Amino acid sequence: MVDVFIMGKRYTVPETLTILDSMEYAGYQMTRGCGCRAGFCGACATVYRMAGGYELLVGLACQTKVEDGMYLAQIPFFPGRKAQFDLEEIKPSVAHFAQLYPEVYRCLGCSSCNKVCPQDIDVMQYIAYIQRGDFEKAADLSFDCLMCGLCVSRCPANIVHYNAALTARRLYSRYIANPDRFLAERAQAIENGELDAEIDKLVKADKDKLQELYNNREIEK
Amino acid sequence: MVYTPQLTELMKKVEETRSSRVGVDFPRMTQEERRDVLEKFHPDYNLEGFREIKVGVNKGARMPIEMADVFEAYSRIRDLEFDLKADPHYDVDVLVIGGGGAGASAALEAHSTGAVVLVATKLRFGDANTMMAQGGIQAADKPNDTPATHFLDVMGGGRLENVPELARALVMDAPLVIKWLEDMGTMFDKKDDGTMITGHGGGTSRKRMHTARDYTGAEIMRTLRDEVLNKGINVVEFSPAVEIILDEQGRAAGAVLYNLETEQYEIARAKTVIIATGGSGRLHYRGFPTSNHHGATADGLVLGYRAGAKTIYADSIQYHPTGGAYPPQLLGLLVTEKTRGLGATPLNINGEQFVYHLETRDVESSAILRECEERGLGVPLPTGIEAVWLDSPLIEIIHGEGTIERQLPAMLRQFQRFDVDIRKEPMLIFPTLHYQNGGLLIDDDAHSTVENLYAAGEAAGGIHGTNRLMGNSLLDIIVFGRRAGRNAAAKSREIAVPDGLNLEHLDSYHQELDNTGAGDGRISPMVLPHYTHR
Ligand SMILES: Cc1cc2nc3c(=O)[nH]c(=O)nc-3n(C[C@H](O)[C@H](O)[C@H](O)COP(=O)(O)OP(=O)(O)OC[C@H]3O[C@@H](n4cnc5c(N)ncnc54)[C@H](O)[C@@H]3O)c2cc1C
Ligand code: FES
Repeated sequence: MVDVFIMGKRYTVPETLTILDSMEYAGYQMTRGCGCRAGFCGACATVYRMAGGYELLVGLACQTKVEDGMYLAQIPFFPGRKAQFDLEEIKPSVAHFAQLYPEVYRCLGCSSCNKVCPQDIDVMQYIAYIQRGDFEKAADLSFDCLMCGLCVSRCPANIVHYNAALTARRLYSRYIANPDRFLAERAQAIENGELDAEIDKLVKADKDKLQELYNNREIEK
Repeated sequence: MVYTPQLTELMKKVEETRSSRVGVDFPRMTQEERRDVLEKFHPDYNLEGFREIKVGVNKGARMPIEMADVFEAYSRIRDLEFDLKADPHYDVDVLVIGGGGAGASAALEAHSTGAVVLVATKLRFGDANTMMAQGGIQAADKPNDTPATHFLDVMGGGRLENVPELARALVMDAPLVIKWLEDMGTMFDKKDDGTMITGHGGGTSRKRMHTARDYTGAEIMRTLRDEVLNKGINVVEFSPAVEIILDEQGRAAGAVLYNLETEQYEIARAKTVIIATGGSGRLHYRGFPTSNHHGATADGLVLGYRAGAKTIYADSIQYHPTGGAYPPQLLGLLVTEKTRGLGATPLNINGEQFVYHLETRDVESSAILRECEERGLGVPLPTGIEAVWLDSPLIEIIHGEGTIERQLPAMLRQFQRFDVDIRKEPMLIFPTLHYQNGGLLIDDDAHSTVENLYAAGEAAGGIHGTNRLMGNSLLDIIVFGRRAGRNAAAKSREIAVPDGLNLEHLDSYHQELDNTGAGDGRISPMVLPHYTHR
């Protein structure tokens, strides 16, 4: 067992638990601060400090084991701004981006964001790529972002990194990555009803026939 | 290195046999072998875990006990009075209940036709099973593939118990859905010329699994969410629906929402209602761990059922063969099927493969249960449970070093956080409760059996029969989410203002519970799981 201090109150909990489990063990019914429970949704951003230490540490509550002497609190909500846009009206250009997220260009280069990212993303670098209009690199580098908001909580320039990154990825995917040409053809063929006959035959087939077709279907290597 | 000395010793057997396993395919099971292992080991076939429910439109239907418990229960608002004639807190054309992938798709589609939409969701918008899907999304959009080929896989995988019209809608809309997502700026894995990179999944006959690294669901969810917010659609978070409201003709006309923070109830009036509340893994059927998010508590099924909506295949649950088993912090966590898709194979305590690594999930899970329960060849863990190995380092041998980092970054990171390097060390896995195959019965318009009530996503049933293939759920939530949104919006235009709002269906449901004694003082929907002092 270890002692943890949840919002200053001491609780004794088994040491195999994650921070999230430990809060439940202590009696909390989780609403905010808990989503996927598996490191995908970013709901559980947590700030903590070890007894005797001065440094503020951060982590995802569902992905961090408890340690003896943790003082912890969760960030229930972060009022980060999201720019509203019509993807069809904007282009992957610095000019357009600057209208949506002008604060991105005020990055001080302090790297506070990098220090807190629980996904170990080089946040400052993707912000630099955005500044330069290199949306492809920004998209690639920011891809694993869970939008937990910890970067925003530390940024002296008030950048909302995760929203800027998402916009960069959508711009890249919409305008820079090539569209899949065959996909467009296939979609068109379906809309024209060209593939109806083949499938309707199967929809009407009886179970024995389907089972036989299924058992003998060819499997791509 | 978090494996104990005993486990490290056992791991050597895996290493010893590894080189002899490279490039050797374990034989697939015959149809008879598949049936046999399912009947003997799949939890769906073990009648002890089920009971027939005594109330409602599917009276007599078989359900897992934990699900029957929330169906045979009284409403949370039984003793409360609501003035349903007063001005409601929300008054909209279409009410979408649930902010996952199905709900977001429905909202976008309904909004695009001019309907006024409200999304009410239990946790944050996007805190949902959709966010967690890693493996991919299927669609027949390659020259060697057609929707008909996809259809056959869906039906065969579903043991031919699917509603054929629903499976048809699923596969025919699939390329349209991928195109819709591509146009919305979803970052799929592509070649330079734009061609989608696709692979196999359990039960696929063509390589039609589209991915966004191993954050496929997250990428889809955050894109949809961003678009919903771009459109200015009203989303209220931490406001689960706890009952459906009907109009004087017994048609759906809104819902009672519960603000988790102020603990107040609010009335949402709507011309049409869409249930998109997802799955039920947090009911922990048969005590299994689950891969599902915190809010997967079957709420939508319960409130839909009370309002008179029929269910289908409520007794059919998907256990994913590869749930995390060790270290304990990873218990239940999904190890994406892509791990097997890339060539990792399950092995017993002797380092021997005992099942083809890409059987359908039900068969693969049953084979793992057999290996542990019948053959006694599971790996004993310090936590008191058993598991089997999943030989992830094989991936690096087959596809080259760096593959795991490139293709499975989420998996790599999650195990690394708890000191296991899956590039070098095999994983320890055991089946985890993953997916609700059945749900509220819908037709191919996503309409339930109650008028003006639609359902989409994991809350709906019939599409996948009694076994869903990987990559068909992310697909189904968008296919039927969009259909629900479109049709609910169209229907809402036929209705002026819903009249005679009431909750009388609860009275008759309670009466049935009283008469049968089935309720036993229980209250539902569950809304939040209870894990305090487990
Ligand atoms: C770990 C994991 C991996 C998966 N991988 C894949 C994969 O690779 N490919 C694939 O195709 N499928 C996969 N699936 C399945 C698939 O992701 C889900 O079935 C699908 O995303 C469900 O979408 P949904 O919109 O129906 O439900 P969800 O995405 O779960 O959304 C439901 C929403 O409704 C909310 N809600 C619940 N109750 C209420 C209420 N009473 N009132 C209001 N809101 C409520 C929930 O909080 C949630 O936000 C995976 C699932 C999991 C859990
Ligand atoms: S709860 Fe989703 S990341 Fe922790």
